[in-house]
Amino acid sequence: MDRRDSLKSLLIGSVAGGLLVTGCAPSVTEADVPAEPELPGYGRNENEKLHDKKVLAEVYLNEHELETIAILCDIILPSNAEFGSASDAGVPEFIEFIVKDMPNHQLPIRGGIAWLDSYSNKLYNLEFKKLSLDQQKTICDAIAYPGKTEPDLMPGEKFFTRMRNLTMTGYFTSEIGVKDLGYKGNMPNVWDGVPQEVLDKHGLAYDPDWIAKCVDQTKRANIAEWDDQGNLLN
Amino acid sequence: MQIIESAKTYDVAIVGSGAGGGMATKILSEAGFDVAVLEAGPFFDPKDDEYRTQLRWPWESPRRGASSNRRSFGDFDAAYGGWNIEGEPYTKEQGTQFYWFRSRMLGGRTNHWGRISLRFGPLDFKRKSIDGLGDNWPIGYDDVAPYYDKVDKLIGVFGTRENIPNEPDGFFLPPPKPRLHELYYINGARKAGIPVIPSRLSILTKRINNERGMCFYCGQCNRACSAYADFSAGTCLIFPAQKNGGKVQLFTDAMVREVTTDENGKATGVNYINKLDRKEYHLKAKVVVMAASACSTARILLNSKSSVHQDGLGNSSGLVGRYLHDSTGASRSALIPQLLDRDIYNEDGVGGMHVYTPWWLNDKKLDFPRGYHIEVWGGMGMPGYGFGFNPNDLNKVVGGTVGGYGNSLRDDVKRYYGAVLGIAGRGESVPQRDNRCEIDNEVVDEWGIPVLKFNYKWTDHEVKQAKHMQDTFEQVLEAAGGTLLGDKPGKDRNYGLTQPGEIIHEVGTTRMGNDKRDSVTNKYSQLHDAENVFVMDAGTFVSQADKNPTWTILALAWRASDYLVDQVKQRNI
Repeated sequence: MDRRDSLKSLLIGSVAGGLLVTGCAPSVTEADVPAEPELPGYGRNENEKLHDKKVLAEVYLNEHELETIAILCDIILPSNAEFGSASDAGVPEFIEFIVKDMPNHQLPIRGGIAWLDSYSNKLYNLEFKKLSLDQQKTICDAIAYPGKTEPDLMPGEKFFTRMRNLTMTGYFTSEIGVKDLGYKGNMPNVWDGVPQEVLDKHGLAYDPDWIAKCVDQTKRANIAEWDDQGNLLN
Repeated sequence: MQIIESAKTYDVAIVGSGAGGGMATKILSEAGFDVAVLEAGPFFDPKDDEYRTQLRWPWESPRRGASSNRRSFGDFDAAYGGWNIEGEPYTKEQGTQFYWFRSRMLGGRTNHWGRISLRFGPLDFKRKSIDGLGDNWPIGYDDVAPYYDKVDKLIGVFGTRENIPNEPDGFFLPPPKPRLHELYYINGARKAGIPVIPSRLSILTKRINNERGMCFYCGQCNRACSAYADFSAGTCLIFPAQKNGGKVQLFTDAMVREVTTDENGKATGVNYINKLDRKEYHLKAKVVVMAASACSTARILLNSKSSVHQDGLGNSSGLVGRYLHDSTGASRSALIPQLLDRDIYNEDGVGGMHVYTPWWLNDKKLDFPRGYHIEVWGGMGMPGYGFGFNPNDLNKVVGGTVGGYGNSLRDDVKRYYGAVLGIAGRGESVPQRDNRCEIDNEVVDEWGIPVLKFNYKWTDHEVKQAKHMQDTFEQVLEAAGGTLLGDKPGKDRNYGLTQPGEIIHEVGTTRMGNDKRDSVTNKYSQLHDAENVFVMDAGTFVSQADKNPTWTILALAWRASDYLVDQVKQRNI
């Protein structure tokens, strides 16, 4: 799926559900009407379910803004040999949602994209999304390095920093990103200390007196019993 | 609108279902009392998939677990609500600051708390005798110790016997082994001459009965445990009380407005609003137990005015809402260069730190009273919203370009993953009569109930304590081989001292004492002004130690419940 296709599916999937209904082509029967957007459960209470439903039904960013965001996301985090790009990880969809959920992002993102297009027009007489990748990177180079930005381009730096933050957090909280990071937890297991080879690498060792007091994981299923002084008997 | 009267009269109405209300529910229902529990939020059971946030991945939340006004500590935290609850505001006196964390749900804040379960020590009940400040409790460690023992055995807490005089040992389950960053902390602290011991958390590293499961080391106690392997009031007290055949009637979404009293000033029950139909009900009860949390209890008592209790129930001393105090807090972090580009393995462990430093300078003369303990954080946790922000800011510390774009950002994030060690102090403040919550006569919540107005200022004692914390943190983190991050907060920033309320250990609003002119309850948590009303939350604390309050709330609630049963048997109530 190329970028434009994936964007289309993004628009149909999460934004335009409501628009399709109001479009109301004669062939659309009751059964074809998409249900109100709803998320799979993740432990929400009633108040939260209502909030999510309301936010999902909103539209904030327009198609042009979403296309520009998708391009920026993949400049910030392209694919590598092993893992996909930010948009492969669904980052544009995440940003589409988060600016609705956290309205403090709205003006900086909308205004930032407008600034970017204005600057791009000034340099190349084209809006940012229509530039070649090299031209896009030339602009990014001027706004991607805090502390090195020309004073006139500071709005661009602020915008790019926000985009980088949202892209990175969107990626590393996605399924692909967590795999890329290598996080190994979030599953039932039995912790029995730092692996020996890691201790060795750090030149560290457990204090034997300390370890003697720690849980013997082979006895964890035995119901605890104490003497009157509070000494654990098993 | 007419108040709808309950047909039945309960033996006891318990207002609140957190630590204190949960313990009262268990002890009083098992003593044969017919109990009504009123909770201002909805039902909650972490075992039920509908409520479960444990073991969910960040992408299951469209906001990737970010915090919101609906859950201050993020989508996956078990506590509904937080610093703000829509429709239930609170106000502050101009020029003062207070943050009030409320969780409206069965079990209240016990669903997400840090499980740090420390006994108050002998010194903690008698601080005035040592430094001349504040007041002594009317009881001492020996009065509470048998109840701490019983709480340990009933609920379970891991820890180690250390024989430190003011950190009493208990009936401990064995602790988990330290994580890698905790070993760096241990080394740093020892070099700096500061003790470190295994932490003491109410998490089942070993089976304690056949009803609850064992910890499976997901590190997510704040999400509430579906195996019931950590303490929360619902899973460990209220559900077992119901299973044991106790007469426990739960009223959820029941927002208590006031305690009703008769012409003699004795309680006759409570008025509450059912949040679902927005109508007001009167629930009749022979005894009322207030366990709504220190500030909510004060609010309800102050709103319970009658011809007998003109300034509010239990308030003849004028002290309801006064002596409000929270723990102090300050923190610092450091990059540990040896932890850069570290090997990745599952080190979730239990929910929270495996090691900590108890207060170690009781014998030293310092320029501030009371002490603090040190908590430790770090490690390779599960990413959530905010992870990856400023992905290479730490290049400022180790060298390299900051900012940029492209695949190098992946490497930056991985290089710094789990390489930061953070420590935080939690200390004892000195209770002040003028630090208080009171009724704001101009503002009501959406249920028409006048709200609380806070008026709280730290004193020099707390500021100096925070300064000592900062000096200690610097010493320990440098000894651990760390490169300190951020600036050391100076006097202009109160040495990084947290705002009142932020540590969520607010206590003291209905303090206990022997003199009814100078306290709200007697030493058994019973109102001086109405013998059939008890306070079983942290309102009764005379001082809070540097210890997290929950274990003491539980012990005192059990003690008060035993006394209540005895008084009913003797027909004194």
